[in-house]
Amino acid sequence: MMNSSPSSWRRIPERYCLIGTSCETCKANYFPPRLICPKCRRKGKMVDKQYSGIGKVYSYSLVNVPPSGFEIEAPYVLALIELEEGPHLTAQVVDCEEKDVSIGAPVRMVFRKIQESGPHGLIHYGFKFVLSK
Amino acid sequence: MAKLLKSGKLGERATRKVILMAVGIVGYGGYVPRYRIKVEDIARIWGEEGYRIKESLGVSEKSVPDLDEDAATMAVESARNAVRHAGISPQSIGALFVGSESHPYAVKPTATIVAEALGATPNLTAADLEFACKAGTTAIQCCMGMVSSDMIEHGLAIGSDTSQGRPSDTLEYTASAGAGAFIIGKENLVAEILGTYSYTTDTPDFWRRPSADFPSHGGRFTGEPAYFKHVVNATKGLMERMKFGPKDVDYVVFHQPNGKFPKEAAKILGIDVKKLEPGLLTPMIGNTYSAASMLGLAATLDVAKPGQHILMTSFGSGAGSDSFLIKVTDGIEKKRSRSVPLSTYINKREHLDYGQYVKFRKKLKSL
Repeated sequence: MMNSSPSSWRRIPERYCLIGTSCETCKANYFPPRLICPKCRRKGKMVDKQYSGIGKVYSYSLVNVPPSGFEIEAPYVLALIELEEGPHLTAQVVDCEEKDVSIGAPVRMVFRKIQESGPHGLIHYGFKFVLSK
Repeated sequence: MAKLLKSGKLGERATRKVILMAVGIVGYGGYVPRYRIKVEDIARIWGEEGYRIKESLGVSEKSVPDLDEDAATMAVESARNAVRHAGISPQSIGALFVGSESHPYAVKPTATIVAEALGATPNLTAADLEFACKAGTTAIQCCMGMVSSDMIEHGLAIGSDTSQGRPSDTLEYTASAGAGAFIIGKENLVAEILGTYSYTTDTPDFWRRPSADFPSHGGRFTGEPAYFKHVVNATKGLMERMKFGPKDVDYVVFHQPNGKFPKEAAKILGIDVKKLEPGLLTPMIGNTYSAASMLGLAATLDVAKPGQHILMTSFGSGAGSDSFLIKVTDGIEKKRSRSVPLSTYINKREHLDYGQYVKFRKKLKSL
């Protein structure tokens, strides 16, 4: 998926700017963006919503055996982040060691390189998180 | 017309060709990666005496980008800080220029990545600039022209680099990483840019061919005929055109390839070296190339008071210098609480050993 320009391009708003969706009917927030509100169904009205990038660590793990393309970064912290607006997402927590991370620790979004499609391919950028303090 | 000529007003305007009025800095931001390597740790690998190199360059350590950082990611971080500091809507940015000699792509703009990440697209113009270490200050001049001619409301000028030095080359001790971003506009200024002047010649002091991983340089030739000639002449040129002297400015920022050149340039120009202090960052973070003079200016603005004057002169190999006279406005105090002081990034650091540094900079062919 990372090798395809169109699929990478389509996700630029969510990856660069944390743009998800919100349902105007039930006020539920979603990330990544959804086309239909699973609660309101056809009564729902989805609109784009940019999240602040402020949140906390919901849970985390240290990745020692990374997937292909991330070998050089191991070991790294992968976390479930709870955004202050509610949605959860998965992201790396960088600029820290495992011992610095704890459940509930405040984090903020940063812009980093996620992966490269080889030396001649595209460079994919997006969100990661750092500890706020 | 005749009336204007007689009153001298037309002539006055004509002499201001290089001096644009009421354009300035609406907000600024910087970024320096968290990792550092000490000059001694590099020297040890190459059998050099660390303390001698540290002393001769006036640099004790340099910043190193993380594995997932490049000129684009650092440009975004500094630009986000600048937008927050300025308190403007990213949609009001009409032009965005990124100056760098380490753009992640040879073809595909860094500026579009930054514009998208800021939420400034699609109603703007954007481009990448390259002029060794001075492309960022040239971006400021481009924005000044577009703002003062009312083509755009705000322009964003960024200097960002993850510079590389060939292993064991003198450059390896200083080539570092960082980014500085300045939002140029006419209203709600934190500092007014009173004037700018540039001095440019074809001087082959430093270069990198497209396929080369590391730059080449002319050793001592990078000094007198390159750095000093351009920095001194650009600064003198601005002083002559704007009729001010070394004593009229409170702070001075020069491009800083090492910790010593800016001090020597100050001495040549009769400037008190103490005026360099807040903006002389190379001893702590190395030479951040396109970001060097811009981060120096950001650090100086962090401590400057309303009414004070700052002189900034950049230098880019190849070669040229852009000199600026800047007056801090009352607006700076109001926006202070919104800024991320550069000292936050400078003080937050973690040291790497040379082995880790080689991995981080991907200097091994197998990486």
